[in-house]
Amino acid sequence: MSEHIVSRKIYFAIFGALMVLTLITVLVARVDLGVLNNIVALTIAVLKATLVVLYFMHVRYSSRLTWVFVIAGLFWLGILIALTLSDYLTRGGL
Amino acid sequence: MADSHTASQYGLAHHFESMEQQREAGTLGMWAFLITEIMFFGGLFLAYLLYRSMYPNDFAAASSHLNWPLGFVNTIVLICSSLTMALAVYYSQIGKKRLLLLFLAITVLLGLTFLVIKAFEYYDKYTDHLIPGFLFDWEGPGNPQRVQMFYWIYFAMTGIHALHMIIGIGIMLVLIYMASRNRFTPEYHSPVEISGLYWHFVDIVWIFLFPLLYLIGAHEAH
Amino acid sequence: MGTEALEIAPPRTHYINVAYGVKSWLLTVDHKRIALLYLASVTLFFFLGGAFAVGIRLELLTPQGDFVQAESYNRLFTMHGIVMVFFFLIPAIPATLGNFLVPLMIGAKDLAFPKLNLLSWYVYTIGALLTVVAIIMGGVDTGWTFYTPFSTNYSNGNVLLVGIGVFITGFSSILTGLNFIVTIHTMRAPGMTWFRLPLFIWSHYATSMIFILGTPVIAITVLLLALERIAHVGIFDPQLGGDPVLFQHLFWFYSHPAVYIMVLPAMGVISELVANMSRKNIFGYKFVAFASIAIAVFGFLVWGHHLFVSTQSIYAGMIFSILSYAVAIPSAVKTFNWTATLYRGSISYNTPMLYAFGFIGFFIIGGMTGLFLAALGVDVHVHDTYFVVAHFHYIMVGGTIMGYLGGLHYWWPKITGRMYPEGWARFAALVVFVGFNLTFFPQFLLGYMGMPRRYYAYPDEFQVLNVMSTAGASILGVGYLIPMIYLIWSMRYGPHAPANPWGAFGLEWMTSSPPPTENFPETPVVTWEAYEFRPYEETEVVGGSGVEEADIPEPGPRTRH
Repeated sequence: MSEHIVSRKIYFAIFGALMVLTLITVLVARVDLGVLNNIVALTIAVLKATLVVLYFMHVRYSSRLTWVFVIAGLFWLGILIALTLSDYLTRGGL
Repeated sequence: MADSHTASQYGLAHHFESMEQQREAGTLGMWAFLITEIMFFGGLFLAYLLYRSMYPNDFAAASSHLNWPLGFVNTIVLICSSLTMALAVYYSQIGKKRLLLLFLAITVLLGLTFLVIKAFEYYDKYTDHLIPGFLFDWEGPGNPQRVQMFYWIYFAMTGIHALHMIIGIGIMLVLIYMASRNRFTPEYHSPVEISGLYWHFVDIVWIFLFPLLYLIGAHEAH
Repeated sequence: MGTEALEIAPPRTHYINVAYGVKSWLLTVDHKRIALLYLASVTLFFFLGGAFAVGIRLELLTPQGDFVQAESYNRLFTMHGIVMVFFFLIPAIPATLGNFLVPLMIGAKDLAFPKLNLLSWYVYTIGALLTVVAIIMGGVDTGWTFYTPFSTNYSNGNVLLVGIGVFITGFSSILTGLNFIVTIHTMRAPGMTWFRLPLFIWSHYATSMIFILGTPVIAITVLLLALERIAHVGIFDPQLGGDPVLFQHLFWFYSHPAVYIMVLPAMGVISELVANMSRKNIFGYKFVAFASIAIAVFGFLVWGHHLFVSTQSIYAGMIFSILSYAVAIPSAVKTFNWTATLYRGSISYNTPMLYAFGFIGFFIIGGMTGLFLAALGVDVHVHDTYFVVAHFHYIMVGGTIMGYLGGLHYWWPKITGRMYPEGWARFAALVVFVGFNLTFFPQFLLGYMGMPRRYYAYPDEFQVLNVMSTAGASILGVGYLIPMIYLIWSMRYGPHAPANPWGAFGLEWMTSSPPPTENFPETPVVTWEAYEFRPYEETEVVGGSGVEEADIPEPGPRTRH
């Protein structure tokens, strides 16, 4: 399996996307959307992180094993947060 | 596959059978380490999530005292550094030593820029008495104890992030040294790639820290 | 037959005599030497932790608190727990047997990152030394669980120093786990597919998953604990808006999977012992392999069962309770499969097998009592009593330490090239068995009758059982000292061992005892299934060189061309 070399064009394109998304994050934050603020901010952050992981970190072109590692890490973070929240969200009167 | 008794290839460690195996092992090893970093920062994100849900207004009030324009600039700086890091990896893959060195150096400069801006931010917090446990004094709206909760989380998360940046810069300097000694070839450059993975990860942490810490109260006039 | 292709004569040069001098050991990158470095360290800490146990059991001989003061007693059980958990049980099997055997069992020359391996030992040692300094300065009195706000606000002990020691040693675990996972994925010999791997490898892979995914969380927890102790900013302090139960969530997110770090490697040893000592393939190999992974995964979903009475929500308690029952299933699968393997096997009742039997029996009791504790109602009654103490000692001492000793004896000839004296070894195993039962079974009764843990005084009616427990502990201590003596003796005076003294199955037995530095003269090619025993004339294989290598029609390794 020879190494896949990602072109500079893609790097610059991703860079551009990240810049735009960062700008949007800040602009949206200046507007009061209630609970939507958090959702938008996190969604954009996840999108930016995904672009960095897939292209800058080459995961898009990596083996399935690498994908498993990445997903496992995120999944385990999910376990930590979800099961802890299962306590805090059901305590009643928080 | 090469037998260990034959002449070894440049850059191939004695216990590996092939460059392919070595590169795969190195990449997996770095990803395994990054998983530990996800879980490490994850504990802090959990604490943030919980206390922010408990004290939303106090957190918003506290966050509004953060310098979000500076945070915004820092975000841009880090994204640029990710680009330059990716380009450094690119040039190492095709064996262009000078450009590799150039982009590693720019990455270092951008990293240092980030840290300098952070230092200014921290200094402002110091003069505003917003460092928890250290003459903390909150005069604005909200419960001071809960505002302090925000600030220790802010310092813990950005402080540990900054520590990772410093380590990253150190790694870059080592790479610059190795590259200047012609240690990398198109066949052997995995230290550059693997360090790139680390650098991008530290960038991703900031991508989450910026909106979560700086932009909570940004829509309120203050 | 391929036996003529591989020379397994007693080696002239092997990994121990290839170089002499302290530097060659302290700067080695050979996984086998690093394993021995760890062996020395963990043995030291085992006896240190044992010394604290002696203090505890002496105090508990009488109902009154008369041997030590209350706060000193708190420090005794705390240091016993910290030393045993972090500096013995967690590294014991993975860092000694695992480090030694993983590359051998998969046919590799070393682990993927030999220098990181050496670093992991240094990191362990530095963290351990810091903790020793803390002990000399008086130790800690918070319990090994460091619960807040006592540990952050009120304790007079050296919380910070011990915390830093534990934090640093945690990185040793992470490096080991990282090394194992990458090695197992990328460095298996040709033909060594996943389902031809020894079950020891599967267990260590599962353990490494926990190392990687769990240890960082205890790291951040200790960091936050330190921050709170220094700055009192309110992270876990209810008076400042924090939640002490958050500490417990973060702490147990790691510390529960940590107990699976402690038991999974021992289970891996038991699988090897049961298969090889009954000369049968493990019943349900794939089930056992997947059960290891299942234990690692499910082990992360149950930590809330330590928080049943902590003010954790009752609904979360129910979820964690159900999940705790679920995690018992893969463990049970393994136990059933070991038993089924024994059925109609050709069993050798030697020392490793005796320890394996002990493990299976004690693990069943420990595991079942775990289910008692997983039931919300029962836990309310026995939480923080000696019932819990007995439960986890059955698993960690009756389970892990038996597995450790069994494995140590089984692979001793491979590691040292010498056989230990079988008679003394069997005797010691028996002493351990008797001592263990006498120490810990009474504790189930004590706990159920209501004796709290971590108390240095108790009502008079509990004395008889406590005296039995202390008597048992002294017998157990003797049982552990005997192997120390004869194992060290055997390194110099034991009979030389052949490559495969047990007639066992596995790549590690197809190289010399001790192995050469590069493990195999030629990279083996695996063409056989796991534990593919073939019948041959039964001969006494224990000790000495009573078996001719050429007589054993083993599925020998083919050399590469």
